Amino acid sequence: MKDQRPAIILLFIFLVSGVLLVKLFAIQVLDDSFLKRAESNAIQRIVDHPYRGLVYDRTGKLMVFNNPIFDLMVVPREFNVGDTTRFCELFRISKEELIEGYNAAKSYSKVKPSPLIKQLSTKDFARIQDFLVDYPGLFILTRSVRSYPTPTSAHALGYIGEISAGQLEKDTISYYSQGDYIGLSGLEKYYEDVLRGQKGVKYKMVNVRGVDKGPFKEGEYDTISVAGQNLTSTIDLDLQRYGEFLMNGKTGSVVAIEPKTGEILAMISAPFYDPNQLTGAEFGKTYKKLNGDNSKPLFNRPIMATYPPGSIFKIVQSLIGLQEGVLTPNSTFACNRSLVNCHNHPNPVNLFGAIRNSCNPYYHQAFRQIINREVSSNTFKDTEIGLNAWREKVLKFGLGGPLGMDMSGEKGGDIPSSKLYDRIYGAGHWKYSTIYSLSIGQGEMQVTPLQMANLAAIFANKGYFYTPHLVKAINGNPKKIPSKFQEKHSVGVDERHFDLIQDAMVEAVSGTAGRAVMKDLVIAGKTGTAQNPHGEDHSVFIAFAPKENPRIAIAVYVENAGWGGRAAAITASLMIEKYIRRTISRPELQDYVIAGNFMN
Amino acid sequence: MKESEVQINRVDWIAVSIYFALVIIGWFNIYAVVYDSQVEKSIFDLSISSGKQLMWIGTAVGLITLIMVADYRFFENLSLVIYFIFLGILIVTPIFGKEVNGQILSIGIGEFRIQPGEFAKFATALALAKVMERPTFDLSKRNYQFIAFGVLLVPIALILLQPDTGTAMVYFSLLIMFYREGLPQWYYVLGIGAVSITLLALGVDNNLYLAAIIILVIGGLIYMGKKSWQRILAFSLIGIGLIAYIYSIDFVVSKLPPHQQNRIMVLFNPDIDPLGVGWNVTQSKIAIGSGGLIGKGYLEGTQTKFDFVPEQDTDFIFCTLGEEFGWLGSFVVISLFAGLLYRLVIMAERQKTRFSRIYGYGVVSILLFHFMVNIAMTIGLFPVVGIPLPFFSYGGSSLWSFTVLLFIFIKLDSSRASQLGRIS
Repeated sequence: MKDQRPAIILLFIFLVSGVLLVKLFAIQVLDDSFLKRAESNAIQRIVDHPYRGLVYDRTGKLMVFNNPIFDLMVVPREFNVGDTTRFCELFRISKEELIEGYNAAKSYSKVKPSPLIKQLSTKDFARIQDFLVDYPGLFILTRSVRSYPTPTSAHALGYIGEISAGQLEKDTISYYSQGDYIGLSGLEKYYEDVLRGQKGVKYKMVNVRGVDKGPFKEGEYDTISVAGQNLTSTIDLDLQRYGEFLMNGKTGSVVAIEPKTGEILAMISAPFYDPNQLTGAEFGKTYKKLNGDNSKPLFNRPIMATYPPGSIFKIVQSLIGLQEGVLTPNSTFACNRSLVNCHNHPNPVNLFGAIRNSCNPYYHQAFRQIINREVSSNTFKDTEIGLNAWREKVLKFGLGGPLGMDMSGEKGGDIPSSKLYDRIYGAGHWKYSTIYSLSIGQGEMQVTPLQMANLAAIFANKGYFYTPHLVKAINGNPKKIPSKFQEKHSVGVDERHFDLIQDAMVEAVSGTAGRAVMKDLVIAGKTGTAQNPHGEDHSVFIAFAPKENPRIAIAVYVENAGWGGRAAAITASLMIEKYIRRTISRPELQDYVIAGNFMN
Repeated sequence: MKESEVQINRVDWIAVSIYFALVIIGWFNIYAVVYDSQVEKSIFDLSISSGKQLMWIGTAVGLITLIMVADYRFFENLSLVIYFIFLGILIVTPIFGKEVNGQILSIGIGEFRIQPGEFAKFATALALAKVMERPTFDLSKRNYQFIAFGVLLVPIALILLQPDTGTAMVYFSLLIMFYREGLPQWYYVLGIGAVSITLLALGVDNNLYLAAIIILVIGGLIYMGKKSWQRILAFSLIGIGLIAYIYSIDFVVSKLPPHQQNRIMVLFNPDIDPLGVGWNVTQSKIAIGSGGLIGKGYLEGTQTKFDFVPEQDTDFIFCTLGEEFGWLGSFVVISLFAGLLYRLVIMAERQKTRFSRIYGYGVVSILLFHFMVNIAMTIGLFPVVGIPLPFFSYGGSSLWSFTVLLFIFIKLDSSRASQLGRIS
């Protein structure tokens, strides 16, 4: 009896295994109702893409919104094309496109949806919807693309595009997935976290034909998407558009800042493009075209182009000289053209006259006094010490490094230190006569148009600036903008030194750019010309207005436009008038600017 | 050769091979559960369960090595010590353990946690082998039955405190070992009868039918046999008792916590609440049933994704296998389990000591119960009991405890030549 027990246990083991296998055979092989049920209750995980935040200008005008588009998606395993010719007719695609799209989808996944036809128009969508039921495995996915009611501010706003493999790699919190759109430049990139919102996920029960059978478990696992937050830009849409109108056909930049806040009122990079071109289905094609264009329309000049500042830098030199006590309002130097070239003006000049007339020899001599303070008896050493001390003061003006505005790719320009000259000439082999070009903003010195506009804001504010920025409020709340834009930066020059500078700048406008002068609206400005060995000199003008209680500081940089007065100053003057008066009283000047075509 | 050295050539390589086959197939299935083609992650990725399972497998191999190089007498001599250590841990678990969903299953420090209920299985099997190994120990005698059931019931009681009904049930599987060791047959007849009647009472909606059948059968038996009054009285009492039992079951079930009630009712009609409690079983059956003969292909399953069922990679791992590899895949895995159990019975019978044989049958009992109940519940043949599929399911505690359980026996088996024949 007892000896049978091991056998009974073995029998039990095989009986259990047999019962399990028979039952499995019954439900897996004999009974196909489970297969049918699997087909009828597949769960689809549907990502609910949030509405990307909108962008308004400072006056509340809409700049960027979302336009719905429709993608025709295919699930290869469920898809059955039937009559290919008929299908191609109905969906208006060629046989090749169909085969290519289908194969691409299949190689991605047999069970996951992939786009078959991207970005149907609303009209096509309505037409196709009727046949959709005849084709299992096809469905419409609604997305939205960015749209711009006024085709302006392309560089500042930036664009969005499909996330790259590299960006996906860096996405440590796994927020993004393949095919997601992400801000690639401008505000879209910098404020990506704010604009994108929060994705939601919906789990839907669908049958094999993709027909919605309602939410899975009454939505217990669903998360609701949160729309992105809206941005209020600092840009004045009218001013921006007017600036683009003036800069059309030219190469250069216009940057206008509200001095008291650092808010950027207009930021024009010419040549520019219509931001609507870089959205939707055309993105790839247009991007390629723009990228290959010799005039570099994608290059964001206000923050990426660097130039020697030229004569506008003389104001910085004056302020440093005054603060250091090296210069006084009465310091007078002869216009000695054997030192450096100049033009005809009364001679000799004091500081006021030097700014008004932009006297080069004056600054050659003044800068020598700033640099060579006889700290060391060795003139080479003395120059080195002086240069580095001077550089520290210049950096406080927001030069020599990126200002840190809310746009990526900002260049910092360059303010040379002794290291640069040591590298070029060898330590102890250079002295003031080597670096004197810096005195008049030439030589090894580079600044961006944004930094120039910021200089104008500093002169307007009498010694401080707020980091220029493009966003005024997030979801209507000005407190939500990055705190660094609410910090006041002092340039380390006493306010009292600015009165003389401002007066001289007013005079300089009538002296060197008379056409920019306006009745009843006092503009303080400074022209500059940057030497261009390749052709016509670049024309630069910085200004602020009105002189009392300034509301706008501006820098205009026009490449190859010749001496400052010709184009830059007039453009700045028109922009100032447009912003403060909201009308243009001098159409002849406007015509003059527009007629100028300085593109190579 | 010293006795304590590993005798490689005596290791039962068939059992070891089946063990590794199951572990590796399980690992691939765990990856299939978490696999999402939209978020490509490697099977080795430590942030997903397949990567972690590989870590558990690696440490399990370490445990195997430790067991194989240990002296076989270690397990025999320390069996009661091990048993009491785990009883101690079971006692402190409800006090110091971590509560999840009202259960306190695990204890440990920080990330390192074990479920003592899992490990106490091999400890109990060792302890039973130890107390039952004496030649005089006879399970047909009442006093020995008390000892054996005592050793068995203490851990069960402690695990019910956690409370973990599923794991507690596993310990009753050791009744299979008791059967081999001579527990009288009528215990089983009675037990199986009771279970059948209980299931019938639960499954048949109207208890009147059952009562009528019982009255007919009892009446028939009385009519056909000797008509002494004692016999009539006895049969009548049995009949009345049975009918009372049937009616009491509905009452008892209604007093159970709702989730246990539902688990029982879902067995008979999974569609009563397809999105609620029946969800697991329904989805599991749909997943397995839609696999067909050869399955949908590895990683191509559609029903077991998204991790809706919390136990998808532990207790319901068999769904993924059934869906992606079909009936043939199920056949292979069930054959591996049946083969392993068959092999273990053969190995148990060839032992020279009662200790090794009893422990061997303990291993067979526990593995058989897990295998049977886990797969049966995924195809709706048994109520949902939260117990893992041995070697297959995701989880460190489960893999380690089954590995230790099995390899102690493989170790004992490999040393059988050095053991004294004390078998009766």
